[in-house]
Amino acid sequence: MLISCPHCGPRDLAEFSYQGDATRTRPDPASTDTQAWHDYVYARPNPAGPHREFWQHAGGCRAHLLVVRDTLTHEIHSTALARPSRAGGETA
Amino acid sequence: MVERATPLGADFKPGSYGDFADGIGITLSAPPSGTIVEATAWPGRERALAARVGKVVGLSLEAGAGAGAFKETGAAAFNIGPGRFLVSGRNEVLADRLIGAVPEETGTLTDLSHGRTRLRVEGARAEWVLAKLFALDFSSAAFPVTEGRATAHHDYFVQIQRTGDQRFELYVFRSFARAFVSVLRRAAEDVGYRIE
Repeated sequence: MLISCPHCGPRDLAEFSYQGDATRTRPDPASTDTQAWHDYVYARPNPAGPHREFWQHAGGCRAHLLVVRDTLTHEIHSTALARPSRAGGETA
Repeated sequence: MVERATPLGADFKPGSYGDFADGIGITLSAPPSGTIVEATAWPGRERALAARVGKVVGLSLEAGAGAGAFKETGAAAFNIGPGRFLVSGRNEVLADRLIGAVPEETGTLTDLSHGRTRLRVEGARAEWVLAKLFALDFSSAAFPVTEGRATAHHDYFVQIQRTGDQRFELYVFRSFARAFVSVLRRAAEDVGYRIE
């Protein structure tokens, strides 16, 4: 399986590390809503289809990525830097 | 006086090894590298950092993915990630010069001179041998001279710059260097190799 790193281009899966579900929204750290924390930590929809995930190109440029992967086919629908680059707007 | 030891171990001795009856496929060496520095730009300051680093080491350095430059007997630099460059040179004071030349608002530099080991793989079968270890296209069309790649072979994290049609410079963690060389030598046995 290949993942197309936005920086490096297509690379082998072995260079990447799964970093977790990217659909979760962390509750306010000050919140004491135990149900909200329970849902954040444990509740997973486990979709059969496209899924937003964080990956890291750990064996390459080490960038953190936002990947949309199909859990049925393992097809990679899209990849993007988890934190978009602002390289285009600099003033050297 | 403390005796200087090579991180490549006592086995890394000059000579010919493997199946060299029909010729030498690659030559392995560990050229001296006085300075190895990682330079990282703050977001949006990639080109400014490349320009600063390039000026200090005397290279025309671009900020694009994989972009690199080198001088035959001087410094080398290449992009290893978004806003990140690996810079090396024979001069041991280069790290201090680089750190002094890059303003804090442009980026940060980390002296890795004692944390990385540079290996040179050169020869007609260099692409063949390296392709055994890394899932990369080593053809000159996909990996042109001057460009760099950050990749891995299992747990060996390796940054590679192509410095010739048949020559690659590999930068590995120094504590992994001896083990990685043993893997590299094993991969080169079928083509015959020489250690210089």
